[in-house]
Amino acid sequence: MSNPPSAPTNSVSFFNNPKNRAIIFQVFALGLVVFLAYYFANNMFANIEARGIETGFSFLDQVAGFGISQTLVEYDDGSSTYSRVFLVGILNTLLVSGIAIFFTTILGLLIGIGRLSSNFLIAKLSMVYVETFRNIPILLQILFWYNVVLAALPSPRQSLSYFGEYFLNNRGFLMPKPILEDNSGYILAAFIIACIGVYFLARWAIKRHDDTGEEFPIFSVGGAIIILAPVLVYFIAGQPISSEVPELKGFNFKGGWVIIPELLALAFALSIYTATYIAEAVRAGIESVPKGQKEAANSLGLKEHVILRKVILPQALRVIIPPVINQYLNLVKNSSLATAIGYPEIVTLFSGTTLNQVGQAIEIILMTMAVYLLFSIVISLLLNWVNAKMEIKGR
Amino acid sequence: MNRTKIALSLTAALAFIPMVSSAGTLENVIKKGELNCGVSTGIPGFSATNSKGVWEGIDVDFCKAIASAVLGNADKVKYIPLTAKERFTALQSGEIDVLVRSSTWTSSRDTSLGLNFAGVNYYDGQGFLINKKLGISSAKELDGATFCIQAGTTTELNLTDYFKSQKMEYKAVTYDTSGQTIDGFKKGRCDAVTSDASQLYGLRLKMDDPNSVMVLPEIISKEPLGPVVRQGDDDWFNIVRWTLFAALEAEELGITTANVDAQMKSDNPSVKRLLGTSGDAGASLGLDAKWAYTMIKQVGNYGEMFDRNVGKDSPLNIDRGLNKLWNQGGLMYPMPIR
Repeated sequence: MSNPPSAPTNSVSFFNNPKNRAIIFQVFALGLVVFLAYYFANNMFANIEARGIETGFSFLDQVAGFGISQTLVEYDDGSSTYSRVFLVGILNTLLVSGIAIFFTTILGLLIGIGRLSSNFLIAKLSMVYVETFRNIPILLQILFWYNVVLAALPSPRQSLSYFGEYFLNNRGFLMPKPILEDNSGYILAAFIIACIGVYFLARWAIKRHDDTGEEFPIFSVGGAIIILAPVLVYFIAGQPISSEVPELKGFNFKGGWVIIPELLALAFALSIYTATYIAEAVRAGIESVPKGQKEAANSLGLKEHVILRKVILPQALRVIIPPVINQYLNLVKNSSLATAIGYPEIVTLFSGTTLNQVGQAIEIILMTMAVYLLFSIVISLLLNWVNAKMEIKGR
Repeated sequence: MNRTKIALSLTAALAFIPMVSSAGTLENVIKKGELNCGVSTGIPGFSATNSKGVWEGIDVDFCKAIASAVLGNADKVKYIPLTAKERFTALQSGEIDVLVRSSTWTSSRDTSLGLNFAGVNYYDGQGFLINKKLGISSAKELDGATFCIQAGTTTELNLTDYFKSQKMEYKAVTYDTSGQTIDGFKKGRCDAVTSDASQLYGLRLKMDDPNSVMVLPEIISKEPLGPVVRQGDDDWFNIVRWTLFAALEAEELGITTANVDAQMKSDNPSVKRLLGTSGDAGASLGLDAKWAYTMIKQVGNYGEMFDRNVGKDSPLNIDRGLNKLWNQGGLMYPMPIR
């Protein structure tokens, strides 16, 4: 009686096993990539060294010593360092991107809805708008609006003045700067309390709507509370906010807050341009909602704007959000074209002026690229999260 | 964008070329048969294209001087226009062989960029161009003014220094090119333009009405402008430096394009050494014995370059001032050729 043949063991040799092979090849490929990266980096630094070019990031602690036309954080041109310049640039990019994203979203939504309007004039005007601004390069638009802004506005001495406290001239839009005195904390507190109150009011309104179907004018009431509460406290606390009105001294204005014309032109051009793409995304989204949805809502007797807000848009948003993410990303990247009109954002300030003063191209360009990468990743993550919330659940 | 492109090419050049020795610019230039010369995007009198699209200016003439000394032909120059921000990176990456772009010689640029300044071809200083409507006559009255400046210049830093020391305030609007800078000034975005005084005279001519603006008398900084080469290539550095000295020496000895042929027969030992009829100045530089002769014949001496581009024979009509030869009260002092 011979032993039964043992179960066929894996007779394939180690190297012929497809699993092992795959791993070996991948390890090999990875090793090659790492080696090449190391080789190139090493070579680069050796060459830089050999040419006597300084390397490293110690320049960030040096005093920058040049003036910047718009700074959101404290910046002194005699003592602030290049790292502060970096921060100023990032904030200025964020500022113009934030403003432009806000306005382009509203404008894009309106135009997108307008293109589907049954009103002939609105629909055609929206179409002309989209076709015009979408087809002109953004750089030309930025230069155009900048020149329009500068050409249309008067010099400081002939400023257009509103209420004696707001001024518009070719140096920008000047407004009083609020100065907080004692007790002004109460106003902030009132504002926060009002916001929390409105949040709970909104939750109650939604619940009541779910239970009884009764509508509550949450937008007007909530808005009124948020605005009125701090105003009321302002007067009760004895008007603790005074203002520093810009004043014409010599040949320029001093004091107050100023919105520089570069910011106006850039934010305007970016909003106008990007809105065309957002409008098209909105239109596509709305058209993707089956006609029956609207007809059903109509037959229930809902009003037009209620249909749009509660039936069409929630479904359309699922289609709208992904392309809009792309447009937001494009907008942030397009803001670097500001270098053409001298708006002090990260590219102008850091990979422009700083690069030339310091001369360390590789470090500075890498840092600038990292900033844009970070912005893009954050925007993507944020909107992907919104998208996930909007998705159809449980189907 | 151009800047990014240059930076990337620098990264690529430094990463991929295995330990290039930085020597050999002369061999490269001879092999190419052409000199890559970095110039400005348009500074009248220094480097700008004329109405026929031909490059002109004192910096352009210096590019030609190097080309004629090295290659024997002043036209074998490829001009590469660079903004102030791009210039040093372009030189570091090897895109150009020499940078002649009214660049100020400062300690940080000389020591930390891997570059060397080969000399000074124009002694300049920073000044202010204002609109006459402002009704001021001195830079001390500029408190609170807004300035248009070109990015990446020593100008930006000097302005801060000056206003700090005078305890005055200012605002700066920073543009990429000198064209945009003067445009901003024309449109009233700023009260004044500040730049090297020599450039202000050129910019003034670009105004619709040059008489509506004026250059203030104050000069607030030292701006020695000169040609720049890569550090570590001493042979090439010597050629650029001595081309400049030869142009100055020629003026000192009274040798011009017109009389250089006659001067070849001169008995003056200094003239003979310069023109290569005696001595071995050319061979020591690795050049032809007639290097300086060719240069003077084709381009001219320093005084001729100055007069036709920025001086009395040009629309700019700038006084030679500090740029006179040392024996006429200026700072231009060629080292002896022997």
